[in-house]
Amino acid sequence: MKNAESQKERGAAIRIENLGKSFGDFQALRNVTLTVAQGERIVICGPSGSGKSTLIRTINRLEQHQTGRIVVEGTELTNDLKGIEKIRSEVGMVFQHFNLFPHLTILENCTLAPIWVRKLPREEAEETAMHFLRKVRIPEQAGKYPGQLSGGQQQRVAIARALCMKPRIMLFDEPTSALDPEMIKEVLDTMIELANEGMTMVCVTHEMGFAQAVADRVVFMDGGQIVEENEPVAFFSSPRNERTKLFLSQILGH
Amino acid sequence: MADTASNTIPRAAGPNMRSQLRRLAPFFGTPLNAALTVVLLWLMARFGWLLLDWVVLKAAILPAEPETCAGTTGACWSFVIAKSGQILFGIYPPTERWRAGLVCVLIITTLIASARPSAWRPSLGLVWVGMMVIVLWLMGGGFGLVSVPTSSWGGLPVTLILTVFAIGLGFPAAILLALGRRSKLPVVRTLSVLFIETIRGLPLLSLLLVASILLPLFLPDSLLPDKFVRALIALTIFAAAYLAEVLRGGLQSIPGGQSEAAEALGLGYWKTQRLIILPQAIRIVIPALTNTIIVMIKNTSLVLVVGLFDLISSGKAALSDPAWPAPSTETFLFIGLIYFALAFSFARFADFLERSGAEKRG
Repeated sequence: MKNAESQKERGAAIRIENLGKSFGDFQALRNVTLTVAQGERIVICGPSGSGKSTLIRTINRLEQHQTGRIVVEGTELTNDLKGIEKIRSEVGMVFQHFNLFPHLTILENCTLAPIWVRKLPREEAEETAMHFLRKVRIPEQAGKYPGQLSGGQQQRVAIARALCMKPRIMLFDEPTSALDPEMIKEVLDTMIELANEGMTMVCVTHEMGFAQAVADRVVFMDGGQIVEENEPVAFFSSPRNERTKLFLSQILGH
Repeated sequence: MADTASNTIPRAAGPNMRSQLRRLAPFFGTPLNAALTVVLLWLMARFGWLLLDWVVLKAAILPAEPETCAGTTGACWSFVIAKSGQILFGIYPPTERWRAGLVCVLIITTLIASARPSAWRPSLGLVWVGMMVIVLWLMGGGFGLVSVPTSSWGGLPVTLILTVFAIGLGFPAAILLALGRRSKLPVVRTLSVLFIETIRGLPLLSLLLVASILLPLFLPDSLLPDKFVRALIALTIFAAAYLAEVLRGGLQSIPGGQSEAAEALGLGYWKTQRLIILPQAIRIVIPALTNTIIVMIKNTSLVLVVGLFDLISSGKAALSDPAWPAPSTETFLFIGLIYFALAFSFARFADFLERSGAEKRG
């Protein structure tokens, strides 16, 4: 309890209030409210089409919300381009399909944004990039192109690329869903390490082991709404909502 | 030791000869194939000999005078040699031809120097702008050089200037049009579509005629650009519209995740296009771009219909000299060779670019 209060005092990293978004007739998000404190680690899960990816993508404006408001690190997301770019440079994102730039080397993938957005000198950007590539344990691949790496290695590069911008928040959109099973662990280990260093993280994933290991809170979404949220132990041992129970039995059942 | 060596050699020769024979199988494997091979070899030898005979053995070459060609049944190269200045430089004043020659050297040198990917820096753009300014000064005169109006320009420099300027100015315009056609802003998108579809719907010939004949009827002389400039504008917008559609194909093939990843890193629209999307899109459409650019090189010859003297019209003008027999085949072969050299070297360059890209991605 004391911990939760002190987190509130430090101010929210992300404040989402009554968020709504629809694609044509399809209501993707309905009245979603969620606050993420500094240093908090949130795992969002839910069946496909539940709006979890849409929600995480509204946080850095890859999707535009229609109603409600989002405040990230004290800046509200509006149509103001300056605000959007400021938020994007402070929020790192890792995608399901890695989305590395295939025409650039691993090192260039990591230095591009620091050089062009942060205006860092090349030497400094390369130093930072090598630091984070060592951290995700693939410094020896720096000169290669993404197509020459395995999926797990590519996803670790994608994490390093996001970290090179020294973000205050990291968003993960199903980072292990496109990976072969034997590569999931190396990516999750990297993410756990990051969580242990106190990074604010919002992670859409079905890796319930990861959720139990690092999440402060697990959020379950269905039909564009947050159905249930709780700390992991309570979430997994005594889910309150029927839909949560059904979902958990489906993904933990086998 | 010596024994084993002498033993292995004949044994190795057996399969070797057999494998060489096997390589002939497609040509002589069946009676029909054998007959076809013999007939084709005979035809090739026959026409090869005729060509060699005409081009070299019976050709009239030196001295480069009209009499040399009299009575020859071979090619009259002495005409091409004697008239090479006129074919290459048209009606450009003969005493100033060195300037036109220098322009060709300058353009070709800049092209070759720009071919290495290691030379692709922002400063290369400045080199090109500088080259274009010097070329216009050398051709047109002023600032210490005798002034030569564009109506006296001719030959290879005209072909090179039209090609390089039309593509050099048309390519950036094409990038903007292609991006415009995919823009989220309705006004930009509509204007781009209208422009591209209108220009693509018109034959180049009609664009050139509009530029040279119709525009003077509507515009007062003081507002009317030079005829050369008007033809250049027509070629440029034509190139822009076609290149834009080729580029759009490339842009569409880049997965949406690429621009999402770039935007998520805080890169704005223009930086995303310049650093992430365009480099990939252009590499994908290199074969189609090559095709369009080679067509553009040859399209420049159409300016002859509006009275500009490109390489082909200069050749035709040279042929009208009554002192000489008019060996048009030789002249057009010579001109064809120049076009071929331009188009072929560009195609080789594009091929090199494509392969260097393929190697990189492993």
